[in-house]
Amino acid sequence: MKNHPIRGGVHPRYWKELASGQPIAAFPLPARLSLPLQQHVGAAAIPLVEPGQRVRKGERIALAPGAMSAPLHAPTSGVVHAIEEITAAHASGLPQLAIVIDSDGLDEWAELPAPLADPFAAPPEEIVRRVAEAGIVGQGGAVFPTAVKLGMGKQYRLDTLLLNGAECEPYITSDDRVMREHAAEVIDGARIMAHALGVAKIIIAIKKNKPEAIAIMREAARAFAGIEVVGVKIQYPIGYAQYLTQAVTGRETPAGRRNAEVGVVVQNVATALAVQRAVRHGVPLISRVVTVTGTAVSRAGNFEVPIGTPVAELIAHCGGYRARPRFLVNGGPMMGFQLPDENVPVVKGCVGIVALAEEETARQPEQACIRCGTCMDVCPIGLPPVEMAQLIRKDRLDDAARLGVGDCIACGSCAWACPSHIPLVQYFNHANGALWTADRQQRKNERLRQLAEARSARLEAARQERLAAQAARKARAAAPRQEISE
Amino acid sequence: MSSAIVSLTLLGIVLGGLLGLASHWLAVEEDPIEKDIQAMLPGSQCGQCGYVGCAQAAAALARGEAAVTLCPSGGRALAEALAKKLGVSADLDGHAEPVPQLARIEEALCIGCVRCFNACTVDAIIGAPKQIHAVLSDICHGCGKCVGECRTGAIALQPVAPSVASWIWPKPAAGLAREVAA
Amino acid sequence: MKTTLQSGPFAHADHRVDRTMLTVLLALLPATLFNLWLFGLPAILLFACTLGAALGFEALWLAATGRDARAGLADGSAAITGWLLALSLPPWAPWWLGVLGAFIAIVIAKHAYGGLGQNLFNPAMVARVALLVSFPVIMTAWVAPQPLFTERAASVAQSFAVLGQGVPDTMVSATPLGHVKTELSRALPASQSAADAPALPDLLLGRRAGSMGETSVLLILAGGLFLLWRRVITWHIPVALLGSLFAAAQLASLADPARYTDGLFHLLTGASFLGAFFIATDYVTSPMSPRGKLIYGAGCGFLTWAIRSYAGYPEGMAFAVLLMNALTPIIDQYTRPRVFGRQRNGEPLPLRPF
Repeated sequence: MKNHPIRGGVHPRYWKELASGQPIAAFPLPARLSLPLQQHVGAAAIPLVEPGQRVRKGERIALAPGAMSAPLHAPTSGVVHAIEEITAAHASGLPQLAIVIDSDGLDEWAELPAPLADPFAAPPEEIVRRVAEAGIVGQGGAVFPTAVKLGMGKQYRLDTLLLNGAECEPYITSDDRVMREHAAEVIDGARIMAHALGVAKIIIAIKKNKPEAIAIMREAARAFAGIEVVGVKIQYPIGYAQYLTQAVTGRETPAGRRNAEVGVVVQNVATALAVQRAVRHGVPLISRVVTVTGTAVSRAGNFEVPIGTPVAELIAHCGGYRARPRFLVNGGPMMGFQLPDENVPVVKGCVGIVALAEEETARQPEQACIRCGTCMDVCPIGLPPVEMAQLIRKDRLDDAARLGVGDCIACGSCAWACPSHIPLVQYFNHANGALWTADRQQRKNERLRQLAEARSARLEAARQERLAAQAARKARAAAPRQEISE
Repeated sequence: MSSAIVSLTLLGIVLGGLLGLASHWLAVEEDPIEKDIQAMLPGSQCGQCGYVGCAQAAAALARGEAAVTLCPSGGRALAEALAKKLGVSADLDGHAEPVPQLARIEEALCIGCVRCFNACTVDAIIGAPKQIHAVLSDICHGCGKCVGECRTGAIALQPVAPSVASWIWPKPAAGLAREVAA
Repeated sequence: MKTTLQSGPFAHADHRVDRTMLTVLLALLPATLFNLWLFGLPAILLFACTLGAALGFEALWLAATGRDARAGLADGSAAITGWLLALSLPPWAPWWLGVLGAFIAIVIAKHAYGGLGQNLFNPAMVARVALLVSFPVIMTAWVAPQPLFTERAASVAQSFAVLGQGVPDTMVSATPLGHVKTELSRALPASQSAADAPALPDLLLGRRAGSMGETSVLLILAGGLFLLWRRVITWHIPVALLGSLFAAAQLASLADPARYTDGLFHLLTGASFLGAFFIATDYVTSPMSPRGKLIYGAGCGFLTWAIRSYAGYPEGMAFAVLLMNALTPIIDQYTRPRVFGRQRNGEPLPLRPF
């Protein structure tokens, strides 16, 4: 199947060879795990446990307050140490509430939901319910609640499940290894998701720099009708859902619309594996495959890591640092963020930890923009990064919004390619954050105004009522006299 | 030479006169800026600025009678936005950083007197006589009107701690400005 | 390990401003060396004066405004400006012309606008045009090639005399474009005077009077192709410029051969190739999108032809580039790419049935 053309993009050095040869290894159980209540898009989970309480592996420890959220499960058995603020696995490094569990080393399972013997006989709602209960969120890093996406078959007319095995980011090999080692489960998970969505067609898109994964997945998919494995061209950021959809199906998602509105739901291959485990075995999302790589780390590898494991333990398990890392990045070097410190935990959306040595980053001090237009050529969205950054520098955020800064996907292609090394992505992230804050403030003002008006109307009504009552009393007081006078 | 001077002078007088007449005839009756400013103000009618409500404050701002720093709950961000809108340069150095603040009621000290409840212009305080009051944090905008009403000192404004949800990326420090400073 | 906050991406392409500029200089080198040989010691001295003055003014300005002069010079932009200016001057012009030109280019046309990346007009062309309108005689006093190591080569004493006073009147020669213009004013048909131009091989190699940048078409073309290969420039501006120049000239010449010279003559004489590959493609002053580049290049080509054919000056490249520079912001504004998921007018795409 031929790829449809997509705009822009860049060709970074991929460095996949550091870890792609390493099979997924089990990770030793850490002594303490920290599970932030917010590891997903949507509302934070609400703790169901108290300090001192014993929990067992797979037991639900926090519930989702609504559909747009995800519950948490204990990754191992142990005792809840505390529910306290820890440094968030977030660029800001601000504190974030987390359930901290001291492992007891027994790794004793809780009673899990009974496996679904034949998921394809079950109604789609049952699959969605089980996926929601398992706390599964998009494993590619977007951490969107998977159950919400699987429920979209009800809302929109769909025809394709697009399984994203592009793994676009340099360095990261977790999806590659998942496809190579768990091909049958991934395909099973994809079929279960397709059943939940009510679509007959599954396309598995894998970037052509993973020939082994393509071959293995083709082989595993052969037994089933309606599954196609497609090699996509080596171009960053082709793994971005809207792009992958365009490259594979030729459909372009209109701005402000969901991908599902063009009939395609995109799910990551690791998500398919998590769905398969939840539906077939009742196992919730308590671990994930994480790549630990970068030339600054002694031995790169891929590990099945319990959620909540401190990053420091991953680094230690890989033999520590070979060289002082210039950047310690959560996720890939293009869209990942710098970890505030090594004690933050691995969260549900963590595809890898990359320790970059100085010479790998090729970062230079910022220079003046020479308007070469490279950023415009490479922007996959077709935005003018040079002009937007210029406006944002002068705090003209509304003008930047008119040029389309809100459509920026922060893929980093422009900043990667900029010969003047201008931190373009940071300008756009700043602008979008500030615009969002201003918009929220505006809406709050609107609400305050309504409340203030409602209150004054209420007070006025009460006053009128009082006046009317007074008048009535006066009238009643006057009335008998009239009778007498008559 | 003299004809050139005369003709240019005449041209200037005629065109200048036309401009003057146009500004007189085509003048915009209502001041549109007042409406825009009113939309920017919180609209809670808290009266902390000294005007009766936000509409009056907006009118005063539009007339240039009030300082752009007048609104305590709008903070520095609003002051900057107003200064930009009105085209004035505001001296914001003395003005506090925009740390949003919220009222918080110390339950041990609250006697349920409903004074704060009555003072709040946006119904951000819930409660009833003889019951402990509480502040709805998503509505409160930190105007501080309730603080002065409380007889027992149970209410204080507290800065909202920055959180992962509200954090935004700072603007990159201007690399070239750094170079100049160095 | 506490770190300072930095935004991604944490990987970066091996692109750097200084390397790009260095590539441009490298592309200019063969043509420059050939021309320095062709016009001899006076040209070498003028080239050194102009380039040195450009670097000197850049360093002085940066130092005077409190910036790091060494870092500023390292980006190579001042070197390119000085180099291109030197290539666009008559090779035997007096030294002060180069120094004055460098001052105009660096201080007035670049730093007065805010420095690298902020200037609206191509600094080297601003300087060339300013010199041309201020000193029309000196700026059109060309000289026939006097190659080094031949009996015609200028002696050291003569070279310094030229550096002080410019070309001796007896040696002044005309460029082919200038010759045609003069002859037309004497009512001699263009078809006849164009035939006086050097033969095709000489035109290609550059054995004719002219500025150092315009004579050797082949070496400039080689430099331009090198820039294309290194992806420093794209094909859009050179192709559009040369294409529209050729088309305009060819059509006019077909209509009235006595009045207009043909397309090939326009391409091979004058600074067409230098302009197309090295001047009009200046990042700072040209549009950024491919469509914008095509419009801009076509505009430059057509204006060059129009100025050569109708205006008082024989060569029009510098004027054409400056005029199109002025249009660059508006071209940029109207040729922005279509945004993903949106129509050209910015509205979201309609939902199509699939």
